[in-house]
Amino acid sequence: MTSVLSFFFFCSPMRHLSLLSYRCHYSRPSPSPSTLLLLLLLPSTKPPRKGVAGNGTGNVTHKKAFPVLSLDYHHIQTPFEISLWVLLASLMKLGFHLIPRLSGIVPESCLLIVVGLMVGGLIKLAGEEVPPVLDSQFFFLCLLPPIILDAGYFLPIRPFMENLGTILIFAVIGTLWNAFFIGGLLYAVCQIQPANPSNLHQLELLPCLLFGSIVSAVDPVAVLAVFEEIHINELLHILVFGESLLNDAVTVVLYHLFEEFSEVGTVTVLDCVLGIISFLVVACGGVLVGAIYGILAAFTSRFTSHTRVIEPLFVFVYSYMAYLSAEMFHLSGIMALIACGAVMRPYVEANISHKSHTTIKYFLKMWSSVSETLIFIFLGVATVDGKHDWNWTFVTVTVILCLVARVIGVVGLTYMINKFRIVKLTTKDQFIIAYGGLRGAIAFSLGFLLKKELFPLREMFLTAIITVIFFTVFVQGMTIKPLVELLAVKKKQEAKRSINEEIHTQFLDHLLTGIEDICGHYGHHHWKDKLNRFNKKYVKKCLIAGERSKEPQLIAFYHKLEMKQAIELVESGGGVKMPSAMPSTVSMQNIQPKKPPLAKPVERALPQLPKGREEEIRKILRSNLQRTRQRLRSYNRHTLVADPYEDGLGDLLIKKQKMIELEKKIKDMNNYLTVPAAPPDSPTMCRARLASDPQAYHTKSVSDSVPAIQVDLASPQSPDSVNMMDEFRRAGQQQQQQEDQGLTMRPPSRPGEAGGARDPQKLTRCLSDPGPSADEEEDEPFLP
Amino acid sequence: MGASQTRSDHEHQHLTDKTGFSLEQIKNLHKRFQQLSGNEETISKEDLDRIPALANNPIKKQIIGAFFDKRNQHQDEVGSCDEIGFEQFLMVMSHFRPPTLKTTDEEKEAMRKEKLRFLFNMHDTDNDGTITLEEYRKVVEELLSKSGAIGQEAAKAIADAAMLEVASTNVPHMAPDDFYEGITFEHFEQILKGLEMESRMHIRFLDVDTTTMRCGKSTS
Repeated sequence: MTSVLSFFFFCSPMRHLSLLSYRCHYSRPSPSPSTLLLLLLLPSTKPPRKGVAGNGTGNVTHKKAFPVLSLDYHHIQTPFEISLWVLLASLMKLGFHLIPRLSGIVPESCLLIVVGLMVGGLIKLAGEEVPPVLDSQFFFLCLLPPIILDAGYFLPIRPFMENLGTILIFAVIGTLWNAFFIGGLLYAVCQIQPANPSNLHQLELLPCLLFGSIVSAVDPVAVLAVFEEIHINELLHILVFGESLLNDAVTVVLYHLFEEFSEVGTVTVLDCVLGIISFLVVACGGVLVGAIYGILAAFTSRFTSHTRVIEPLFVFVYSYMAYLSAEMFHLSGIMALIACGAVMRPYVEANISHKSHTTIKYFLKMWSSVSETLIFIFLGVATVDGKHDWNWTFVTVTVILCLVARVIGVVGLTYMINKFRIVKLTTKDQFIIAYGGLRGAIAFSLGFLLKKELFPLREMFLTAIITVIFFTVFVQGMTIKPLVELLAVKKKQEAKRSINEEIHTQFLDHLLTGIEDICGHYGHHHWKDKLNRFNKKYVKKCLIAGERSKEPQLIAFYHKLEMKQAIELVESGGGVKMPSAMPSTVSMQNIQPKKPPLAKPVERALPQLPKGREEEIRKILRSNLQRTRQRLRSYNRHTLVADPYEDGLGDLLIKKQKMIELEKKIKDMNNYLTVPAAPPDSPTMCRARLASDPQAYHTKSVSDSVPAIQVDLASPQSPDSVNMMDEFRRAGQQQQQQEDQGLTMRPPSRPGEAGGARDPQKLTRCLSDPGPSADEEEDEPFLP
Repeated sequence: MGASQTRSDHEHQHLTDKTGFSLEQIKNLHKRFQQLSGNEETISKEDLDRIPALANNPIKKQIIGAFFDKRNQHQDEVGSCDEIGFEQFLMVMSHFRPPTLKTTDEEKEAMRKEKLRFLFNMHDTDNDGTITLEEYRKVVEELLSKSGAIGQEAAKAIADAAMLEVASTNVPHMAPDDFYEGITFEHFEQILKGLEMESRMHIRFLDVDTTTMRCGKSTS
């Protein structure tokens, strides 16, 4: 034990003691008990000085010099390795998007698998043992839930529910058909060629069926990864994606069924019946568990108004517990997660703050993104690592059968489904659905779980599963995008949800419900309406805090839109960047019904302003509003007050005309600054709002002698205009009386005075960035 | 029984061509019509008012009004009737048929226009060809009427915002003094382009005879 230098004790549990030592020695990672013992000895020994090496007490026969720096890798091994993998995954993700053309051609999932293959290869080359990364436990408990929760929480409920029948048929019957078709035909194929007995002949029917059930399920992770990049229309997306989520129940049941029976070897009718019952239990039980946890989460969120910081935690923890509880009973964890997320979302979002909502959204996206990346990389690594048993017949037959089964299944089922659907599925749709049936890591993990003793051909299964996964992800994943373009499949519409669409969606709902009632049969709309009313009457009252429970959906939507527009406006920069989207000069004034034109007679009587002066005024007004206001003030204060002393009536009239013109321009500015309804794209508006400090809009109290033009910004129609005119006329008439005071414009005292003071408040509220501002922002629940 | 049946069959055949429903569907709707009208030849607004399920509908008046609106009969007449016969009833119902697999793209386009026209007529109560701000406000107020007393202000603000949106998408550059008269049919089409009316505005018309299966509900 040589002492070298003085350093801090590396990874010491009692770091402060290291300050006492002057020496260090480079030691092997020592197990903690002895380290602890060593450190306990320290208080009993004096701090060692240089040169005094181990001569201290005679009791200890062999005293080690105090280790100042040591390497203790095992201590941190697991978290360190996990962090390294996550870092690798994230860096890969970064890298792909830096290479411009690559991400357009090759879907990310393929690239990630390739990276995994390379990493696995590197590890193998380095002689190390490849870590069993795609451990099924780790996969099902840690990697899969974030992706499913993200999918479930942001599931578009409306199209999902509208197509639920179709989705269920594809998920349940389609998967069953696939499993039996593949399993059965595989068994048949394996049994042929009795002449040369190969190990294929060992394959019984039940293991084949089990294999069929594993490999037949469409995988949500792979579907998400690929479909996200191709942007097809909502209907197809929800059909394939919904199928991939709901077939988990079928897969779970079939897997356990065949696994159980593989031990026994035979299947009776009773077992089949039990299997069907088990399926219902698994599916409905999973949904029930998820719904219960979802309601609990919604209820909890009702009380979080004072502790906003932990709101996201409730969402995550309740959802995860729903998943674990479902898995505990061997119910469908995926369906539980989906149900939990979908049930809790409307209520939670009505209760939590805006920041919590953003947090939830970003955390979910982050976790699911990292998970997905890790899954694909691990697939690559596990491919390199695993013991493979390549059997040409088995693998090729599997791949072909998968494709064929999928196509036949989709075509056959669509034929049946179209009899019941109102909006039929076309051939193009069917092709995309069939082609989008990708397999992924779930199949691999399920295969990995198989016990070697029961399934001697486990390696062969795994090899075949991996081949199918690679084939679907690489071949189908890469070609689906050009095929979508080629077939001109309808793409997703990027348009933002507008208030008109929302109004008409609601209107349509009521209209169709009404027509159904007139027709006399209780259709789809009738039950949806009933559910909505039940929801509004009872459920919302329980689960949503305070006043929000009574808010109709349209108003909630409108508020959300307003908020979004305000935030966008503030975020789009300080007025320098002009939004390139359609700039519109339409403002509230344009749509308000015309008021009787009081101004006209006065205007016509007065001479026109010279063009140059007008332009000058416009230029002045287009710049910073605060400066404009002050300039107007000074204009008023100096010019109007001074003038009557010097000029005659003619000049007064000209000044009046100028005031009218100016005032008209201000009226324009008023209209552009109407906050609640103006579109965010108007350049004038952007400039006007952002260039000036919201505080400037506060109308300062005006003394009588200073004529101030009250820029009433928040009201669409400026009643000021009318009042100003009155003031002018009155001022003109009273000119003789007021000559000694000068022309004063008293602030119009109208009953809406208080409203004027309130309106700038409204402006500041709308414009203030909900981010770093006042505390009261924290308490406002996020409006969905 | 036999003679009247063939006569009504003949009538119904004529109606299938006109409205596009199948014979089965027309028969079912006719049964329903008889139910509503109390076996009369025509139904009035009160007959439709009496349907209990409609009581909870916030736009009940507009829906009933649409049945009696002559514009929906595609005969270039305007105004409203007091009573309608079965043919008019069917014509209004035909606006809610879904497209089939055989519907071509042009037919889908025509269908969409027809459905949008129906909606437009529902909003444009004074039949001047535009939906003015007042009319639109009324629409939003009706929608929010059953949702409790949130207040007229919210309805006004929403209608204003919606109107502004229509104006700014369709006529992006308006001088400050221009006045946007109202939503014309073209603008209406434009603003609702994203909703794909032909796939959304439909209900299921039954081919099977279900009236006998619902005994005891004859008054609904």
